[in-house]
Amino acid sequence: MPRVVVDVMLKPEILDPQGQAVANALPRLGVSDVASVRIGRRIEIEFTGEPDLDRAREIADKLLANPVIEDFTVRVVEADETVDAHP
Amino acid sequence: MTARVGVVTFPGSLDDGDAARAVRIAGAEPVRLWHGDPELYGVEAVVLPGGFSYGDYLRCGAIARFAPVMETIVDAAGGGLPVLGICNGFQILCEAHLLPGALTRNQHLHFRNRDQMLRIESAGTAWTNAFQAGQQVLIPVKNGEGCYVADRATLDELEGEGRVVARYVGGNPNGSMRDIAAITNPAGNVVGIMPHPEHAVEALTGPSLDGLGFFTSVLKHLVGTPA
Repeated sequence: MPRVVVDVMLKPEILDPQGQAVANALPRLGVSDVASVRIGRRIEIEFTGEPDLDRAREIADKLLANPVIEDFTVRVVEADETVDAHP
Repeated sequence: MTARVGVVTFPGSLDDGDAARAVRIAGAEPVRLWHGDPELYGVEAVVLPGGFSYGDYLRCGAIARFAPVMETIVDAAGGGLPVLGICNGFQILCEAHLLPGALTRNQHLHFRNRDQMLRIESAGTAWTNAFQAGQQVLIPVKNGEGCYVADRATLDELEGEGRVVARYVGGNPNGSMRDIAAITNPAGNVVGIMPHPEHAVEALTGPSLDGLGFFTSVLKHLVGTPA
């Protein structure tokens, strides 16, 4: 079944202490060329019928994201497609 | 007649028992309300207690907002019902859009549990009329996601309209913008506060009795005594 993927990210102006904590840990891995890390949330939705982007947008706006502090994007991915998979 | 003050229990609420006890110590009759039941049983005010409703899944308060009891409370709050949201209750009030802004992860990422000095900034609300503006009170704070954030326009509006109800003094425990610990809606009947007044109502268990003032305030408000 195709799925709708919702990506929720903190707005750029909202401080992301989790991302900062991760960024601050990177030098311990020997990584010194990362300027910043921000952490978000990915939600996959399977509809019983055809994927409905408008419906997904409504779900994201009302529940999955808090528009006061977060932005979101919605997109459809095919069943066998792995989004942004590591090669 | 004794005022009836509702205390809602959500799955994952922790401080509903303490909130009900604080209501009783203040001289009112606590009425336990259940998240799945939209009926308010004639209560004259409601407390949304602290805890981790629905396991804090998704975002703190995000799922509790859709509980059947919340639909009734949101409607009734619009009609003037006094509502006090403590900690997780504050998060629920923001998610339900009864209060502006949001509560996010503490800036330092640590859970903070300590006795906290607050300055009451507004004694004009249904829940703070027993205090004097500028009065300092000692109330326990215990949260992991208590960092209050809102955009600059919202913060300026809150300040301009006297809707910042309390601020942290002697150190901000979570990074809240402008040291905000509590805010209210324009009508002053809905108050959200991050620290826990219900834990400061008895000498045996609390650092002070300062928390009692929040609960006696609402009784004063209900009998219409001028603040």
